Amino acid sequence: MVLTDVLVGGLTLGGLYALTALGLTVQYGVARILNLAYGQFLIAAAFGAFVLATRFGLSPIITLFLALPVGFALQWTVYQLLLMPLVRRTGAGPALETDSILLTFGLSFLVLGICVAAFGGDLYSYSYLAYPVDILGSKVSANRLVAMVFAFAMTAVLYLLLTRTRLGTAVRAVAVSPRFAPLVGVDVRAASAIAFGIGGALLAASGVLISMFLPFSASLGVVFAMKALIVVIMGGAGNLMGCLVAGLLLGFVETLVASYVDPGLTVAANFTLFLLVLLLRPTGLFGKTVR
Amino acid sequence: MSDGPVLRVEALRKAFGGLVAVNELSFEVGRGEIIGLLGPNGSGKSTAMNLISGALPSDSGRVIFKGRQINGMAAHRIARLGVARTFQLVRVLESMTCLENVEVGFAFRPGGLSGNAARAESVALLGRVGLARRENMAAGELTYIDAKRLELARAMALAPELLLLDEWLAGLNPTELQQGIALIKQLRDAGLTVILVEHVMDAVHSLCDRCVVMNAGIKIAEGSTARVLSDPHVVKAYLGDDDSDDDGVAGRGGARA
Amino acid sequence: MSRLTVVLAGLGACSALAIATAAPLLQGGDYWLSLGVTLLQYGVLATAWAMFSGPTRYVSLATAAFFGIGAYTVAVLGESMPWAGVLLVALGIGVAIALLVGLSTLRLSGVYFVIFSFGLAELVKQIVTWYEVNVTRDVGRHVFIDISQRQIYWQLLALLVSVLGVWVLMRRSRLGLALRVIGDDEVVATHVGIDTSRIKLMLFVLSAAVMTLTGAVLAPRWTYIDPEIAFNPQISFQVLIMALLGGTTRLFGPLAGAVPLVLLFEVLSVNFPNYFLILLGVTFMAIIYFVPNGIAGLLQRVMRHRRSV
Repeated sequence: MVLTDVLVGGLTLGGLYALTALGLTVQYGVARILNLAYGQFLIAAAFGAFVLATRFGLSPIITLFLALPVGFALQWTVYQLLLMPLVRRTGAGPALETDSILLTFGLSFLVLGICVAAFGGDLYSYSYLAYPVDILGSKVSANRLVAMVFAFAMTAVLYLLLTRTRLGTAVRAVAVSPRFAPLVGVDVRAASAIAFGIGGALLAASGVLISMFLPFSASLGVVFAMKALIVVIMGGAGNLMGCLVAGLLLGFVETLVASYVDPGLTVAANFTLFLLVLLLRPTGLFGKTVR
Repeated sequence: MSDGPVLRVEALRKAFGGLVAVNELSFEVGRGEIIGLLGPNGSGKSTAMNLISGALPSDSGRVIFKGRQINGMAAHRIARLGVARTFQLVRVLESMTCLENVEVGFAFRPGGLSGNAARAESVALLGRVGLARRENMAAGELTYIDAKRLELARAMALAPELLLLDEWLAGLNPTELQQGIALIKQLRDAGLTVILVEHVMDAVHSLCDRCVVMNAGIKIAEGSTARVLSDPHVVKAYLGDDDSDDDGVAGRGGARA
Repeated sequence: MSRLTVVLAGLGACSALAIATAAPLLQGGDYWLSLGVTLLQYGVLATAWAMFSGPTRYVSLATAAFFGIGAYTVAVLGESMPWAGVLLVALGIGVAIALLVGLSTLRLSGVYFVIFSFGLAELVKQIVTWYEVNVTRDVGRHVFIDISQRQIYWQLLALLVSVLGVWVLMRRSRLGLALRVIGDDEVVATHVGIDTSRIKLMLFVLSAAVMTLTGAVLAPRWTYIDPEIAFNPQISFQVLIMALLGGTTRLFGPLAGAVPLVLLFEVLSVNFPNYFLILLGVTFMAIIYFVPNGIAGLLQRVMRHRRSV
């Protein structure tokens, strides 16, 4: 019975981590910008879902679909307004990497400040589908199940979007070869902005999904940013499949540690896994050299 | 002073993902020799240099310098053991003066020099490479040719026994080329062993005792310069077709594939 | 620098130091003393940060981790050991963790290091919390150490002078030359015999040691410390902005950035407590946009312009 718990728990968490990290890996892989504010925006989305659920009685599922375009627009704007000046100033080399890390670090505090100003530092949660469902003998919260299903579904949709559509292919072309993409008619800047938008849609979706079953507070942004970063690097930056596998791996390891060792050591488990992977396979589980 | 080869490369291999840049490369370099490492662009010559100098780790194979295995060692240790190099794209310390650039070469080697001794030696070295009276000029303001000279001076400051020159003679006009060739000959006469990655065939003819030719990561020819450069396989690799020209690439200036 | 300039600079530094040392003895300023302590705290932290992140160009977001280690060690051991002993233990723990982190992450590319340092405070916080919850069953400690603000001030002043002294000595030494080479071109550095990994590690440990000591020295300022308070990521952020604003290449750069920002943050946190974080974020972003090389970099450019004209 406990094994099923772990299985479902691992899948849910893993699926969620994979979805969260997918957005970040698309942003990093294409725009070459490590968005440290990613986690904070995710939490902001969670707060949004909370407000809509408690103040307006809106089902999180509806919020989920609303969040997609809103998240896309917000991150797209962030790229155009805040990050483009940096790109123009430094080109696309290592200086951009440093400057953008610093800028997004600052941005994360800005967003954190807005969350804290509006909601304070407490833990928030709302009740949604909080009844147990029987799966193979173990009881799982319905909201977790729904979150898991959506996480996997959206991941699949994104994968198809990126591999089967022209837009997706253009975006991937930039990720693979930013210098040569323009030669085949791809506008690198536009693709980067769109990649940021896609990341925004995904993080908004993740935020809403998480709000369904996990109590959250403003300061949790750092934790989510960290986990997303770990998954992205473990999977190999810009590598979609790697991201999925790494996300699932992280989810499972964390669930195992929480169930069999101690729930208070999850971050330690994350980092240990991260270090192990980096030391043994420096280019990530599926390799692709990170500059 | 050992009698064995200064450098022995054994079955050296390096792959980047699916591309095998250096494939089971083996050759030896004797003391005081100048060996040409030749091949069309993309043949793996620079990668081989990087493997020898420790800038890149090899996948398999060995590099033995003066009887000591150096593959797998950190680049700085290899440099301290007596291997110096120049780079295909010149790397000088642009924020520092020419003098400082050379002093850096003296500072970190075993038995390193500092202070006035280093300064005096550095000034002398700058003179030898043709940069006299430029000591206080910022390295970032040098012309391309002078930057190459500075890089060589820095390499020489390390008092190396093996010098790796990566296309050091590229882009020089005829006068500069002769000066460069003369300088390398001087270095060899002073006891240095040199591996020369080159495309400039005049230089190869003047300087190299032996040549190793690579193509697509594999060694396709090795032997005396004259013989290698008239080897039909070598000609084909450079010119890309079954050219039965008797001269081969010998005696022509630079066959850049 | 001419002889006269050196002598004048030396005299100036000595008088400044004398004034700074004597200042707390003046009456009527608990508030000013407190401000002085804060200025020194961030001055030391920013200088320590720049000592590592300046030459190596590795952005460290780990300040909070080491500061917290220092502070929390004092909270736990402060009453059971003589003060010097506590400081030594805190230092030891900070150095040990810095070695561990450095050995595992400095050989990887800069990006990995940033990410790891980003989460380090969170990691240490979680481990400490877990330890306190499960082993000692006492999360959060009350601090009743008898150390006055004046003593904190003087300790910090001594620490600042030491750090600046180490920086100066380093710059003049062969290590300083190595740092300049690494900062210019790391590939060249390795090829002239410089062990870049060992140097980076050394700098990282040194920087972390200073940050740990700072946290330890400051701990008595609080009456209650828990992991949340000790490992607050805000301090990583503020120290970063200060060092960047002031410029990391010059000796007094970080200090020059720390002073105006500490004052600014004082004003902001008093007048806009609810929006402090927002303003913090905006300030930082403004600095990145408008002063990319720090004030020191700006000055350098102005000087160079004047010289060429």
